Amino acid sequence: MEHQPPPFFKRGPAPLALLSFYVAVAVALLVVDARLQAVEVVRQALSLFTHPLQQLAHLPAHSVASAGDYFVSLAHLREENARLQQAHMEKVTTLLRTQQLEVENERLRKLLGVRERQHASGQVAQILYAARDPYTRRIVIDKGQQDGVVAGLPVIDDAGVVGQVTRIFPFVAEVTLITDKEQAVPVQIVRTGQRSVVFGLGNGQLELRFLPANADVQNGDTLVTSGLDGIFLPGFPVARVVHVERDTSYSFARIFCMPLAGVENFSEVMVLDQRPPVVLPAELAQETGRETKPLKASSARKKRLRRE
Amino acid sequence: MQTSYRSSARILLPVRPWFIACSLAVALLLNLLPTSLWTGLPDWLALLLVFWSVREPRRVGMGLAFLCGIAMDVADASLLGQHALAYVLAVYGGGSLSRRILWFPLGQQALHVFPLLLLVQLVQVAVRTVAGADFPGFGYFLGPLLATLLWPVLTFLLLLPQHQPADHDANRPL
Repeated sequence: MEHQPPPFFKRGPAPLALLSFYVAVAVALLVVDARLQAVEVVRQALSLFTHPLQQLAHLPAHSVASAGDYFVSLAHLREENARLQQAHMEKVTTLLRTQQLEVENERLRKLLGVRERQHASGQVAQILYAARDPYTRRIVIDKGQQDGVVAGLPVIDDAGVVGQVTRIFPFVAEVTLITDKEQAVPVQIVRTGQRSVVFGLGNGQLELRFLPANADVQNGDTLVTSGLDGIFLPGFPVARVVHVERDTSYSFARIFCMPLAGVENFSEVMVLDQRPPVVLPAELAQETGRETKPLKASSARKKRLRRE
Repeated sequence: MQTSYRSSARILLPVRPWFIACSLAVALLLNLLPTSLWTGLPDWLALLLVFWSVREPRRVGMGLAFLCGIAMDVADASLLGQHALAYVLAVYGGGSLSRRILWFPLGQQALHVFPLLLLVQLVQVAVRTVAGADFPGFGYFLGPLLATLLWPVLTFLLLLPQHQPADHDANRPL
């Protein structure tokens, strides 16, 4: 046995032992977070400390922006007001007719015995900032648990689908944009009615995958949500096809799309309310062996997509 | 407090713990600024942690680095433990190399610090790539380069409170 001198100075455990301890804890946290998504509660609790700090850090940028607003000239505001009024007048005629058409559509659907289309409702949220993580495409909005936001809710803006709420904190929520690499949206091509799933590419573009090389897709085709996922209401514009690559050596066409919504811009968005779960017929529910309960997170949604 | 051969010929006053805490808090705030559009900004918290782990390895250890890393992970919406792992490794490196680094003049100190800061980014890239993310581009590695250039300035600024008062007292050399 080696003889050790008595410790004169207390220096705690050896650095290498401490290092292995902290590395082990960090790796365990990483695995639990990446694979099991089981530390959301810890994250929410810690966000109570970091959120005020973040607000403090954003204070200068906000005050600069609000100072800029304050000094906007009167002429500019008048011009904008006139423009908005004109746009409103142009839209109001179609809007009035749309309301009438919606009522008529509802009545006709009732006559035919088809389920009524659900009306979209939700709450407006402000985009606070884009998440600093360079690996993902996420934004943070100013509505959280306190406002009844739950993970999985769809988020849209005035032009189309923006993304989906993936993480909630007490006062803010994190929205994964449709351009994120891990995000998928079931869509339908308006012109042909063809259903498919559009995936984010991570570089601001989207890709329509697993369509055969001879599929009827053209540049400029608009994709809208198909509503098959039970999350997005059908009919919201998602993207426009910008480039179609048909290589005969592959069995699938490569179809690139650009999002229609101002996905990468900073503005206001609307968090839609949850769709009521569709009750499956008894024999179908038995067959699939899964109950129709509200979805918890995007991972659940992805699993669902895989099954389809 | 450690003296060195040429980097700071003068004897420094002992550091105040609250100054370390304040500088780390300011670095955390700088990291939280809404600057996600500009790639290549240095990771201030990593830089400050490495600085204090080199200067005061007894005071700034891996526990503090781990806590700072977890705070960054939550604020940054990244994987929990990603920053923590990177910071702990960097602080371990800084602490174990501190006696050697302080022996060199400031320029060469910066050359020693560059690999440590690069390690912070490399560990994060490795973790995220394993988790299935894309490579974020080489602009991501511009941050450590900038931070290295800032090392002499930072050393001067952060050691200012430890400089001796200007009026010397012959009876009290410190």
